[in-house]
Amino acid sequence: MTEARNPNTEPDWSEYRGVLVVVEQREGKARPVSWQLLGIGRQLAQKLEVDTLALVMGQDVEHLAREAISYGADKVYLADDPVLKDYRTFPYSRVCLELIREIKPEIVLFGATYTGRDLAGAIATHLPTGLTADSTMLDVEPPPSRLLLASRPAFSEKMVATILCKKYRPQMATARPGVFDALPRDPSRQGEIIPFRCPVKEEDVAARVLDFIQDEQKVHLEDASVIVAGGRGLGSPDGFKMLKELADALGGVVGASRAVVEAGWISHDHQVGQTGHTVRPKLYIAVGISGAVQHVVGMQNSDVIVAINKDPSAPIFKIAHYGVVGDWSQIVPAMIEEVKKRRGLLPVEKA
Amino acid sequence: MLHIVVCVKQVPDSREIRIHPKTNTLIRQGVPAIANFYDMHGLEEALRIKDQHGARITVITMGPPPAEKTLKECISLGADEAILVTDRKFAGADTLATSYVLAKAIQKAAEEFGPVDLVFCGKQTLDGDTGQVGPGIACRLDLEQLTYVEKVVRLDVEKRRITVHRHLEDGVEVVETRLPALITALQEMNKVRRASLPGMIRAARYKPIVWTVKDFSDIDVSKIGLKGSPTIVAKSWVPEQKPVDGEILEDTPPEEAARQLVDKLWETELPEKLGWDAEREEVAP
Ligand SMILES: Cc1cc2nc3c(=O)[nH]c(=O)nc-3n(C[C@H](O)[C@H](O)[C@H](O)COP(=O)(O)OP(=O)(O)OC[C@H]3O[C@@H](n4cnc5c(N)ncnc54)[C@H](O)[C@@H]3O)c2cc1C
Ligand SMILES: Nc1ncnc2c1ncn2[C@@H]1O[C@H](COP(=O)(O)O)[C@@H](O)[C@H]1O
Repeated sequence: MTEARNPNTEPDWSEYRGVLVVVEQREGKARPVSWQLLGIGRQLAQKLEVDTLALVMGQDVEHLAREAISYGADKVYLADDPVLKDYRTFPYSRVCLELIREIKPEIVLFGATYTGRDLAGAIATHLPTGLTADSTMLDVEPPPSRLLLASRPAFSEKMVATILCKKYRPQMATARPGVFDALPRDPSRQGEIIPFRCPVKEEDVAARVLDFIQDEQKVHLEDASVIVAGGRGLGSPDGFKMLKELADALGGVVGASRAVVEAGWISHDHQVGQTGHTVRPKLYIAVGISGAVQHVVGMQNSDVIVAINKDPSAPIFKIAHYGVVGDWSQIVPAMIEEVKKRRGLLPVEKA
Repeated sequence: MLHIVVCVKQVPDSREIRIHPKTNTLIRQGVPAIANFYDMHGLEEALRIKDQHGARITVITMGPPPAEKTLKECISLGADEAILVTDRKFAGADTLATSYVLAKAIQKAAEEFGPVDLVFCGKQTLDGDTGQVGPGIACRLDLEQLTYVEKVVRLDVEKRRITVHRHLEDGVEVVETRLPALITALQEMNKVRRASLPGMIRAARYKPIVWTVKDFSDIDVSKIGLKGSPTIVAKSWVPEQKPVDGEILEDTPPEEAARQLVDKLWETELPEKLGWDAEREEVAP
């Protein structure tokens, strides 16, 4: 029986040191969440007085190892191998497992992306260890405790829960894209790149990636710095054309309330809120959106919230930093003009 | 014949859970228990494979006895057998302990009803919301792991190969692999059918198979329930609504309002935050 184990005596974890970030890439391009994780990972590492480590896997991805240093890694493990060309759970998880067993980091972070969740779920089970999904806050207790405090939304964003993993190492978490800030890229930063072998041979991998069908139309709400979202107040699907123009001028993307997604004015990809995406852009502009609680939970953590609504009592104004009471169809065109002017995007007037 | 296992969890409909405005605690009362809807898309896909190729479908749930209701629902839709894995000792499980028990149950189902070719899970649960149990099971049973599947494109029963569309942030990945495999299902995969009348009659009479800890010959009790769960919830709280004292413009002509608004955004250092500084210098006279 294993009953005898006294839960109060903490095992000795002194072998486990360092914060490891698993960098996610596709076709040699890193996902922004990887650099965001290095930003927060470095903060944790500094509190723990350990190194910030990164793992880059892929084929011909050495440039990403250098990028990882520019974004805050002290040491980067680089597994560069043809077997790792496309993401596949088996070879990728084997590389991670071998590295984790060899270097023994105390914390391992992944992006809470489709790939990051796929990979982290496999690794946590193999090790085994605890894994907190979808974290939106990460902190550590200072030494000697060194515990990772991973907090995440629970009950459809209505609560936040802090999850601990006391009995196993490493402590693992996936973290939402767009929540943590990347450090400014500094190409002059120094760090070490350490090659790491891929333990898997192609003939041992059953899965084949036959194709990738890129979806150019797809929006990346989670990665966007600016979102211009429209609701039923737009009156018709046509309104989104103008929102797109404002979003383009601001270098952003278009979001939507559920009411308009259900009306079929725009696809579900664009929906913000409880049953859509949770976003945290630098700027969120809500146009003709009333601000129902189910919408607000998905966007209330945006840095700056702007509301445009003709009803001064609309709840969206309660959480807006700036607001205009009025008809969007008059205000938005004037904003587009104004933004383009300031960004120098207006064509030079011909005499 | 193919043997397909579908993992279905009964969950409180967390969308219906409210927070008590005074005590800041969850109001669970009156919150309906439903079948996790992603899992039902997994069941539907299994049923479609059964319709096309013939298959035996076993549904497994781990949970308290009332979860029987969800199992009967699965039977009414066309599942062949439904297993309730239930025991106080399983309670308090996190994803690691859950995937351990479900993997044991799938193994036992394989021993009793034949080797398992495919396992379906949902993308994630409404209450746990992690999507980790599926990969956990795949890892424990050495199944090919196919997560976030929006379409089964091809199933070659003879060659034991399967091709699926996996949903990613920026597109769709077409992956082909061997059986046995585990698929986690997205809503987009299919439209769940309605129960037929014979299905409902069968479900009404059906008694799910019940397995408790004692029914497993080789379960390691240190790996189940609360004790087998490495993660613990230290605390939970209701996030504070940041009090915002916003500047709201009223009765301002639209052009004027737009100009003031953009002024404000520029004052918040938006261009710096968005990395437009360089560009601004170029533009500046
Ligand atoms: C379980 C559940 C989950 C949900 N999940 C989500 C979710 O994920 N996301 C979500 O958004 N909603 C969600 N909802 C729905 C939500 O409750 C609201 O119904 C929805 O957000 C309302 O959308 P809206 O603001 O576009 O429409 P409305 O509430 O109809 O608001 C339209 C607004 O436009 C304003 N307006 C009208 N004309 C103009 C004009 N010319 N100029 C300026 N303003 C104008 C009006 O004053 C009004 O405030 C959910 C609901 C439930 C029950
Ligand atoms: N207690 C359970 N019983 C049956 N299936 C489960 C259980 N918990 C999780 N699952 C399956 O695993 C999937 C992912 O769950 P989760 O990791 O909790 O988000 C679910 O969609 C179910 O298919």
